[in-house]
Amino acid sequence: MRNSAAPNHEGAFYQRDRSWHPPAFTPDYKTSLLRSPRQALLALGNTLSEMTAPVFGHDAIGALDNDLIRNFATSGDPVGPRIIVHGRVLDEDARPVPGTLLEFWQANAGGRYRHQKESYLAALDPNFGGCGRTLTDEQGSYWFRTIKPGPYPWPNGVNDWRPAHIHVSVFGHAFAQRLITQMYFEGDTMIWQCPIVRGIPRRAAVEQLIAPLDRAASLPMDALAYKFDIVLRGRRSTMFENRMEGN
Amino acid sequence: MAQPLSRLKETPSQTAGPYVHIGATPNFAGIGAVYPSDLGSLPVSPKTQGERIILTGQVFDGAGVPLRDALIEIWQADANGLHAGHGEHRGVADEYFNGWMRQPVDGTTGLYRFETIKPGQVPFADGRMMAPHVSFWIVARGINVGLHTRLYFGDEEPANAADPLLARIELRHRVATLIAARGEQGDVPCYRFDIHLQGDNETVFLDI
Ligand SMILES: [Fe+3]
Repeated sequence: MRNSAAPNHEGAFYQRDRSWHPPAFTPDYKTSLLRSPRQALLALGNTLSEMTAPVFGHDAIGALDNDLIRNFATSGDPVGPRIIVHGRVLDEDARPVPGTLLEFWQANAGGRYRHQKESYLAALDPNFGGCGRTLTDEQGSYWFRTIKPGPYPWPNGVNDWRPAHIHVSVFGHAFAQRLITQMYFEGDTMIWQCPIVRGIPRRAAVEQLIAPLDRAASLPMDALAYKFDIVLRGRRSTMFENRMEGN
Repeated sequence: MAQPLSRLKETPSQTAGPYVHIGATPNFAGIGAVYPSDLGSLPVSPKTQGERIILTGQVFDGAGVPLRDALIEIWQADANGLHAGHGEHRGVADEYFNGWMRQPVDGTTGLYRFETIKPGQVPFADGRMMAPHVSFWIVARGINVGLHTRLYFGDEEPANAADPLLARIELRHRVATLIAARGEQGDVPCYRFDIHLQGDNETVFLDI
C-alpha cells in the first residue's frame, strides 16, 4: 500500500484535539470523579491496530432498524412528536465516510428510558423501545425516524435535568475514529445548564452537538426534521507518509 | 492574513451514559424484540483459525469498586496478524473471524468475558513486529471520552520485551497494567485483564 504513486487518504489520523472534547475529569458531573484517568495518556501514533476497523454490511441491518417509531411497536405508534433526524458523516477534511454504522438510543417522549436502572416516574411507552441503527450511504448520508425524546432528571445534583438528547455511536473506518456522542435540539435552553454538556470547554464545540430544525426536510402532516452532521477524525494522505519515511 | 486551514473539527465526545446498553446491547438490556442478537456478541465460528482463548476481568474506579455498567469493545487481528475490516491492505484475513466483539460487564459482578482467538503479530509503523495484543475501548457513565488501551499476553515475554508500544512507557512499573496473566478455565487459556481507571495501578490509556 505504501508504494502506490497516487496519494490516497489511508495515512495516519490527525492527532485528536483533546481541548475540543470534555476532559476526563469534570467535577460538576460527579460520576467522572472516580472514573477519570489522572495519568497522561500514552501518545502512540497510529498503528494498523488503530487504523483498521470492522465492516458492517447491509446484511447486519434489518428493514426497520432506522425506524424507532415502528421497530418496537406492537399496538400502535409511540406517543410524541414524530421527527426525522438526518445528516452526513464526514471526516475533518470534509470527505464523506460511507458505509459506516451508526447506532442511536434515547428516552421516550416523556423522558423515560426502557432500562432496569431507570428511576424517573414518567411512564414507559409500550410502543417505544428506544434503539435504532443505520449505515451511511456512498455520500456519507444517513437518516432515521423516531419520536422526540423528553428531558429527564438524573441523580447528580439534587435537581439536575438532562436536556432532550439522542445518544449516537459511530464506528468510522478505523478504531481510532470510534466515537460516542449526544445530539441536542436547537432552541433548548436546558442544554446550557447541563453538567455533562458543560464539561465541553468551548461553546463552539457544544454548538456542534446541537441539531437545527430543518423545516425544508420536514414532511407535511407527518414529521419535523432535524439535521445532525457528524465529523470523525481526518487523516493524512500516504503521499506525506512516504516522504516522512524517507528520512 | 494567511489562508484559513478550513478543516472541520471532530464532533465532541459525550459520555455513553448509564443506558448505553439500550443502544449497543438491547437484548442484554431486555429489549429483545428489535434486533435478532446483540452486535458483537456472537461466538467465534468453529471454522475460525487459531487458538481459543478467554479474556476476562473487571473495570475498577478510583475507589477500587468494579464498574457494573461499563461496555467494552475489543478489536484484534486474526491468527495470522491480519485484520478483517477497513484499512487492511497486506492480505485477506480469515473469513471466519470478524475481529470485533462487544460485551457489557456483568451487572452484578462487573466481570466481562470474551471468548476469542489468540491474535497473530501486527507490524508497528516502522515495520518492527508488535507483540500479540488485543485493542480495548471502554465506555461508561462518567467516562467523557471512550478509553483506548491494549491487552498484552503474559505468556509472550520475549515478544512483549521487544514491543515498541510497551517500550515507550517511561514509568516501567506501569507496563504491568497492560499485561494479562494466563490461567486456565477447563482446557482453555484464560487471561485476566483488569482495568483500573484511576489510582496506584491506573491502566496505561492511549492517545492514538
Ligand atoms: Fe441519555
